[in-house]
Amino acid sequence: MTDLSRLSSSVLSGDVNTVRQLTSQALSDGIAASDVLALGLIAAMDVLGRRFGDGEVFLPDMLVAARAMHAGLDMLKPILAGAGVAPVGRVVLGTVRGDVHDLGKNLVGMMLEGAGFAVRDLGVDVSPQAFVEHVRQDGAEIVAMSALLTTTMPEMKTVIDALCEGGVRETVKVLVGGSPVTETFARDIGADGFAPDAYGAVAVARLFVAAT
Amino acid sequence: MTGPGMFRHLAFESADDLVFGRCPRPLRCGFGVELGNGSVAPEVNFTLPAMTLCEATWSQAVDHYRVMATEIVGRALFLKAPALVLEFEHLPPMTERAEWGAEITALLLEILRDAQERHGLASALRVTVVDTRLRQRPPRVRSDDVWLPLEASLRACAGAGAHILSIESEGGKEVCDAALTHGDVDGVLLALGVLAPADMDWLWTRIVGICRDSGAATMAGGDAACAFANTAMQLANQRMLPETFAAVVRAIGAVRGLAAYERGAVGPWKDCGYEGIILKAITGSPISMEGKSASCAHQSPVGNIAAAACDLWSNESVQHVRLLSGGAPAAFAETLLYDCRLMNAALSTGNERVLRDLLVESDVCLSPQAAILSPQAAFAIAGAIVAERTPYARAVAAGSKAVELLRNARDAGRLVLSAAELAWLQRIDAALCAAPSDVQELLARTQSRYGHLYDAASYGLQ
Repeated sequence: MTDLSRLSSSVLSGDVNTVRQLTSQALSDGIAASDVLALGLIAAMDVLGRRFGDGEVFLPDMLVAARAMHAGLDMLKPILAGAGVAPVGRVVLGTVRGDVHDLGKNLVGMMLEGAGFAVRDLGVDVSPQAFVEHVRQDGAEIVAMSALLTTTMPEMKTVIDALCEGGVRETVKVLVGGSPVTETFARDIGADGFAPDAYGAVAVARLFVAAT
Repeated sequence: MTGPGMFRHLAFESADDLVFGRCPRPLRCGFGVELGNGSVAPEVNFTLPAMTLCEATWSQAVDHYRVMATEIVGRALFLKAPALVLEFEHLPPMTERAEWGAEITALLLEILRDAQERHGLASALRVTVVDTRLRQRPPRVRSDDVWLPLEASLRACAGAGAHILSIESEGGKEVCDAALTHGDVDGVLLALGVLAPADMDWLWTRIVGICRDSGAATMAGGDAACAFANTAMQLANQRMLPETFAAVVRAIGAVRGLAAYERGAVGPWKDCGYEGIILKAITGSPISMEGKSASCAHQSPVGNIAAAACDLWSNESVQHVRLLSGGAPAAFAETLLYDCRLMNAALSTGNERVLRDLLVESDVCLSPQAAILSPQAAFAIAGAIVAERTPYARAVAAGSKAVELLRNARDAGRLVLSAAELAWLQRIDAALCAAPSDVQELLARTQSRYGHLYDAASYGLQ
């Protein structure tokens, strides 16, 4: 029987080939794909997340591990989909209209994917309508928005208004972030959550899905 | 060809001569401001509160700028400031609509002119446009459709009377962002040793030309590695990147900055370009810096040491919100004014080296990013840069010198590095030692990782 802790170790060291080999072997051994995902792949990212929080590793190390995790995840996806196993959560992500800053938003996307979320990254300068359309299209549970300018922050409220007008506000949690954005601002515009950085965004997103 | 050509020597005899308020090549600008000639002046930067910026709100935006500038000038007069520099840093729509940027420029100049005529306040206005050329991916930074609107904004602001023209240009950022997130030294060398210097060369030739066309009324000021090294710094502040990596990126970022001077920029270098001290060591031109009094804009581990060799002292940016003492821009102007009073008292009493050394000593042992910004470290990095003849070779040399300085500081017990930071320093060192010997080899090596992110022709590489 495949030792899933070895799979986790391979994810942690970013060893793509071994991850593929052990994932394949685990499935051949009859281990459920959902267990391979939870106990092998996501467990590794959880360990890495704790190390990251403790300052033992940095983003580049996370990305190397995430790449290895995705190598395994890609093999599991068809099986998980066939068995009706959903991702941890579905997120529609974007930088709001009028703002083209993308690095922070990209980091949030990478970290969410690493934590097992399915992320639809709409890019930068995203219209409110695009957020609404993709929430409907993907059945997303979370809308995550970024703004880096004081003059584009108000656009986050416009997106929330558009979600209301589009009849999907009640189906999603709204998470906002970006350098000038504060928790107070998030509350004032009717967002459900605020994160000061990408790691915090994952924690808030997990709380969102745990509450549903 | 514009500018003085390639710098091959340092402007100072020794690191000990690098001190705030003094430059071998001082500047005089605006309404009687002298930079680097024995004093430090505050450079106050301010921005709008959270609001939508559009046609319907434009008059409100103009009112905000009028109130902010008036209150800052009022605070300067109350505190008997001898000089004041305002920085008007555009928000994107102000560059996209050249007439908007010009309107605020004219408004601020009117307020400063009035203060000089009525109260004798020496002042100057720096106008910093937004680099709007990188919206498309991959960006084509030299194409008319992105350059002409930017040029129009630069000309409009110069035409409106801006004393100092600046930009935080971003050519090469499309690669640098990816390289930073992956902690990839080859990628950083490509971005900051090849693409960014090529773009600076092209862009600053044009900005210098625009300033020349203004009849020398507008100075070609400076740029900043904000989009590069400050991104690394902020990622390090969030513990996304090792501080050692951010420190090395800062040193390499100076190479990009030097290209602007070599095309004719005269300074003052931009406040958020902490690499300014390295550039001052090479060019002898005044620099603006920001540190503890810019905590309104962002955190940093270099709050005191950043002042060691500044000629302007800035708050980076503050929103127009009300505080107990009044508007936040005026409050931070007061903070800067007192910082400058202290530095100027040190200069006038011959104690500038004492104060400089205290500013350095209070930060230098606590962060790798501070450790490479001491006058001694900056001088050493500057020396490594001018010893080389190409931007790429300079980038490798600057990075290698930074690694050497950090390793020596750590070995001497002057800098504590965590095990994770130390491991990264060794990784960076190994990557620099294995760096390709020339640009062609670097381009070939990085093609699969970054080739899809940039347009080679836009950097003169085809």
